[in-house]
Amino acid sequence: MRNLVIGAVLVGLIVLAALISFLWTPFDPTQVDAALRLQGPSGAHWLGTDRFGRDLVSQLMVGARTTLYVGVVAVGVAAVIGTPLGVFAAAGPRWLGEIVLRANDIMLAFPALLLAIMFGAAFGASTLTAMVAIGIATVPSFARLARGSALQVLNTEYVLAARSAGRTGLAISVRHVLPNIAGLIIVQCSVSFGIAVLAEAALSYLGLGTQPPTPSWGRMLQESQELLAVQPRLLIVPGVAIALAVLGFTLLGDGLRDRFDPRLEGHRAQG
Amino acid sequence: MLKVDGLCVAAGELPLVSDVSFTVGSGERVGLIGESGSGKSLTASAVFGLLPDDVTAAGSVRLDGVAEDLVGASENLLSRLRGSRLAMVFQEPMTALNPSMRVVDQVAEARLIHRTAGDRAAAHRDALRLLEQVRLRDVAELGNAYPHQLSGGQRQRVLLAIALANDPDVLICDEPTTALDVTVQAQLLDLIVKGVKERDASLLFITHDLAVVATVCERVLVMYGGRIVESGLVAEVLTSPKHRYTKGLLDASDLESVDERGRLHAIAGAVPAAGQFPSGCVFRNRCPRADDRCRVQPPWFGEPTAGHACWHPVGGDE
Amino acid sequence: MIKVENLSRVYRRSRTSPLRPRAEVHALRDVSFEIEAGRRFGIVGESGSGKSTLVRLIAGLDQPTAGAVTFDGQRVDGRSERRLSFLRRDLQVVFQDPTGSLDPRMRVRDIIAEPLVAQRIPGQAERVAELLAAVGLPADAGRRFPHQFSGGQRQRISLARALAPKPRVLVADEPVSALDVSVRAQILNLLSDLVEQFALTLVFVSHDLSVVRHVCDTVAVLRSGELVEIGDVEQVYREPRHPYTRQLVQAAPTLRGALSGVTAADLISERKRP
Repeated sequence: MRNLVIGAVLVGLIVLAALISFLWTPFDPTQVDAALRLQGPSGAHWLGTDRFGRDLVSQLMVGARTTLYVGVVAVGVAAVIGTPLGVFAAAGPRWLGEIVLRANDIMLAFPALLLAIMFGAAFGASTLTAMVAIGIATVPSFARLARGSALQVLNTEYVLAARSAGRTGLAISVRHVLPNIAGLIIVQCSVSFGIAVLAEAALSYLGLGTQPPTPSWGRMLQESQELLAVQPRLLIVPGVAIALAVLGFTLLGDGLRDRFDPRLEGHRAQG
Repeated sequence: MLKVDGLCVAAGELPLVSDVSFTVGSGERVGLIGESGSGKSLTASAVFGLLPDDVTAAGSVRLDGVAEDLVGASENLLSRLRGSRLAMVFQEPMTALNPSMRVVDQVAEARLIHRTAGDRAAAHRDALRLLEQVRLRDVAELGNAYPHQLSGGQRQRVLLAIALANDPDVLICDEPTTALDVTVQAQLLDLIVKGVKERDASLLFITHDLAVVATVCERVLVMYGGRIVESGLVAEVLTSPKHRYTKGLLDASDLESVDERGRLHAIAGAVPAAGQFPSGCVFRNRCPRADDRCRVQPPWFGEPTAGHACWHPVGGDE
Repeated sequence: MIKVENLSRVYRRSRTSPLRPRAEVHALRDVSFEIEAGRRFGIVGESGSGKSTLVRLIAGLDQPTAGAVTFDGQRVDGRSERRLSFLRRDLQVVFQDPTGSLDPRMRVRDIIAEPLVAQRIPGQAERVAELLAAVGLPADAGRRFPHQFSGGQRQRISLARALAPKPRVLVADEPVSALDVSVRAQILNLLSDLVEQFALTLVFVSHDLSVVRHVCDTVAVLRSGELVEIGDVEQVYREPRHPYTRQLVQAAPTLRGALSGVTAADLISERKRP
């Protein structure tokens, strides 16, 4: 419960920052002003400015949009492809399920970053290609989870009851399996969201993700790396933002897992 | 031998067992009967000092020859008593046994922990003897098996051998045969009765099965809604029950007596969830005889060892 | 009505070692019997007797290794699920676990309507209301979820679902063994009422011969996948011919027996029951 609240608050703050940034930011986050470069925190610039004189708070706020965009795309791709694949591997013909499973294992052994670099090379580096790549690399973890939990559901008496009521394959998957694994999938989404945010930061840092001038937390890190010794603030600010975002989504995922755990649910019903 | 007085068990604010008092005499076999949610298993766990983390006990549990009260006693004292003077057989033998240890070693360990066997070799010999006592075939071979290689009945026998390893004064059995087939159940019941008789040990036998309790025990305590509603000799309570719940339970479980329409005598409604039992008499929301008087918690009528808590006992005020 | 001929089912365990062959479990061996329309047919057996396997084969939820199951002259085995619609309409199953057999994420009205939806039978809403009344549940129960009900009520929901497509045969697999004694009698009464009211043929599976004796007129006793005895339930109970049936009758403690002096030792000895 505590995890859920802390996670929800952290994620809520990021969403809020992203929403406000559409209407208002303290300064234009892309406004370059040589006169204001490398200023420390002040009344006007709460977290100071970077080496081009851009306001850090404004960059963080707009960067939050990128972060959420990234999460939604990557997790969306992974969940939408991975979940049906996993359910199919569990409910479909055995040999076909076996093939899905093996393909999955091969994907699992493929580093996400490598895939993203290849995508970047093939389709040009952008937030979208990076995220689709991260999403595809995350498909196996969804497929694996979906298959495992679908197998559990398929072994329950209520699926047996549905079969004896006259339901067949696809209807059982849609009516019984999906609703009963949805909770676990949502948890996985939240955890993967954190991983995607981190991956975007890493890719942007390598120059393969979000391209200038769009603000992104990962790029804020990259652009300031030479100044680590003189202006550590410029790295600490986006670094902390990334860490809090990952923590927020992970805690939210953990909290949701506790809520969706069927054993705990049974406990509550009895209690 | 065992004296329980005013035992209350609660999960936070939620009372699960209320004011339970009873005694088990030396060599006596007492049954604790109840349906799900009656608090019978919690009562047993409280006596054994093994309550779940979020559950607390109050009241007193006394064991002959032990100066301290077992409720609130140190874990140190309890662990010295458990397995030596007090022993328990659980419903699910698979979770009560260590899955990665040979069963003969688990029995031998019971002897070693309480230093009742001289050395490892002696403990091993004792273990084989105990396994023979619970009539496992080929103990030399079966003893070397791991729990998952045994059948449910065999595992339960191993558990009984462990419980009896140090000749306990009190044996508590919590639904030991519920998960077993009838033919296997019959053998285990026989072993339990023989085991306690040979040691002149006291038995507290928890079950939901009236026929089992009547077969095994001399005295019976009937629990419902976390309270003891009736107690007495098996032959009396189960033939002429006083509490309306006991009567209802007996009628409902009798598959041979039906009314003129061929129907069984059912009790209306369902057993409420924990904490949902009515105030006053716990049975009044399902009792055909309940009236305004039953809104008040009935006192105990009769002797401490034979009586009931019913305002309108069967054959009373009608 | 239901005919089972030389039915066998062998399960193959997954390999434990690449060197050794897969272990085989004979869940059913060469079982044959016939259930006539209007019977209350009991199947008794302990764990590992094959009774659950038999239920699944009769209900077309599993395929036999050998032998045949026919329902009203039509083969049940060897068909794909899509070609079993005649069976799904006429034969319905109630499972043992009143919690596990209801989808926790579905509302009760959707659970009860499932056979109707699956078999495209119209008039679902009215039928659900009718069924809730028939099994003694309040009309507003349909809006709620299974976990909001007690074990006995959940088994009523299960019964309502089974009756939805107006089947002629009801197969009940241990329907009361997970219930409290005080609730068991209610469900057994309800079952008897429904069987009578809708003129159902009942196949009742249990580990408890005394429950079968109360409910059924005919009984088949299974042991380790083999049919050891079949006959009139009173006859089998009073004068069991097979030694295993005798053991089964004797080992089950009864209140009457215990009160007249039968001890635990008597349950396993060869002495005749009083």
